[in-house]
Amino acid sequence: MGEKLLMKGNEVIAEAALRAGCKHYFGYPITPQTEIAHYMAKKMPEVDGVFVQAESEVAAINMVYGAAAAGARVLTSSSSPGISLKQEGISYIAGAELPCVIVNIVRCGPGLGGILPAQCDYFQAVKGGGHGDYKMVVLAPSSVQELYELTVDAFNIADKYRIVTMIMGDGILGQMMEAVEFRNQEEIIPADKSWATTGTEMKRDNNMVTSIYINPEMLEKHNQKLQAKYKQIEENETRVEVYNCENPDIIITAFGTVARIVKNVIKTAEKEGIKIGLIRPISLWPFPTQEFEKYAEVPKAFLSVELNAGQMVEDVKLAVNGKRPVHFYGRMGGMIPSQQEILDKVKEILK
Amino acid sequence: MQQEIIIAGFGGQGILSAGRLLAYAGMLENKNVSWLPSYGPEMRGGTANCHVIISDEPVGSPILNSATALVVMNGPSLEKFEGMIVKGGVIITDSSLVDKSPKRTDVDVFEIPATKMASDMGNLTFANIILLGKLIGKTGIVSKESFAEALKKVLPEKKHNLIPEEMKALEDGMNY
Repeated sequence: MGEKLLMKGNEVIAEAALRAGCKHYFGYPITPQTEIAHYMAKKMPEVDGVFVQAESEVAAINMVYGAAAAGARVLTSSSSPGISLKQEGISYIAGAELPCVIVNIVRCGPGLGGILPAQCDYFQAVKGGGHGDYKMVVLAPSSVQELYELTVDAFNIADKYRIVTMIMGDGILGQMMEAVEFRNQEEIIPADKSWATTGTEMKRDNNMVTSIYINPEMLEKHNQKLQAKYKQIEENETRVEVYNCENPDIIITAFGTVARIVKNVIKTAEKEGIKIGLIRPISLWPFPTQEFEKYAEVPKAFLSVELNAGQMVEDVKLAVNGKRPVHFYGRMGGMIPSQQEILDKVKEILK
Repeated sequence: MQQEIIIAGFGGQGILSAGRLLAYAGMLENKNVSWLPSYGPEMRGGTANCHVIISDEPVGSPILNSATALVVMNGPSLEKFEGMIVKGGVIITDSSLVDKSPKRTDVDVFEIPATKMASDMGNLTFANIILLGKLIGKTGIVSKESFAEALKKVLPEKKHNLIPEEMKALEDGMNY
């Protein structure tokens, strides 16, 4: 490990991307993630890279398509309303099987909503967002150190499977400073890019990158290929943190910033004789279904705590599959649940 | 042991950088730290605040529901945050700018004319450092040496010539 630095989450995402060999950034500013663009604007010229502040989010995502098709490691970042604008492009990129990394530092919606932290884009990220039967890998860090590590992983996963990989954080994670240690090691896992449209030099057949398949037999075959790939990713890339789950009274499930608050609640509750476990999905897709199956009959109940009206709780219910009751507690609009609120909910459930 | 500090005032008073210096110094002492700035709607009103946690344990939530210390550089911030300070905690105000005294009687209150003192030193930007001096002196949250080290890390090199003066401001705050 290198020197410990105190850095802002957003800046760490950008630094991690550079370390992962990303030399192309296209974006359009929006709070609370604009520091990513600031950092890239400053650093890209130093590494002979490309920074473009596009004329819109739609333009930026299509620039991502272009750079990815040419085999480059490419990043775009935005926050909720901007990510909505990118959905068409994301679906095309997924259809064309191009690797890229998209950062969503989520703010509260719907509509323009507000700029404060939220997790209300869970459904959009893991269930689709754009049209068609596609999936993105969605990683949800909960510390600045993890922002670094998962952003690097995101580039390697994207290249390995030719898939869109999203880093989903929230305003707190993007804005906060915490210690981060960058590794003194090569971060890039090389991947085959012989499919990229880099020019044939009249020496090979042309490569084609497209998401259009007019022939239904071919399109079904293409979809089956995508689904097989997604299944492989579900087997290989599921990430989860299981914390304090030996014989708990209740298991709370939370991701990102909320999981940090829950860890504090666990400590406080212990003093009152209540044992709380935590299952923290790190990959939101693929969802860590197996961990929930494993612990389904261990606690008296499950509680999903989220910064939304109840989204991940649906996946938790599917995974727990009726073996235990699954409760929900959430705040919206940029409001953050206090430790006390969560503890009160736990007591109400256990009563 | 966990120290939780709220620093608040107007934008431009060095509120966020004061918090950052404190967090950096804590990190240099191998403590777990977090720094969370206000970036929400209150910023549009020209006010700024940050939450800083310095802890022996890993930091859970970076958002504070209560704090062990408050440093304020304007009146509205005192009103807004004084209720969040734990019993036995510390409130430090810049009495050049905050004309009211804290209502709390169960905390240690220090009212320091930091902006006036900084103006006398010939550099208004030292006011935040003077207040941090009091905080460090009273709570021992970080050492003076770590703070000097943090200044080196946080300030751009062309401003390193200011460090001796900044340290003098810190000591003036400590000794006030």
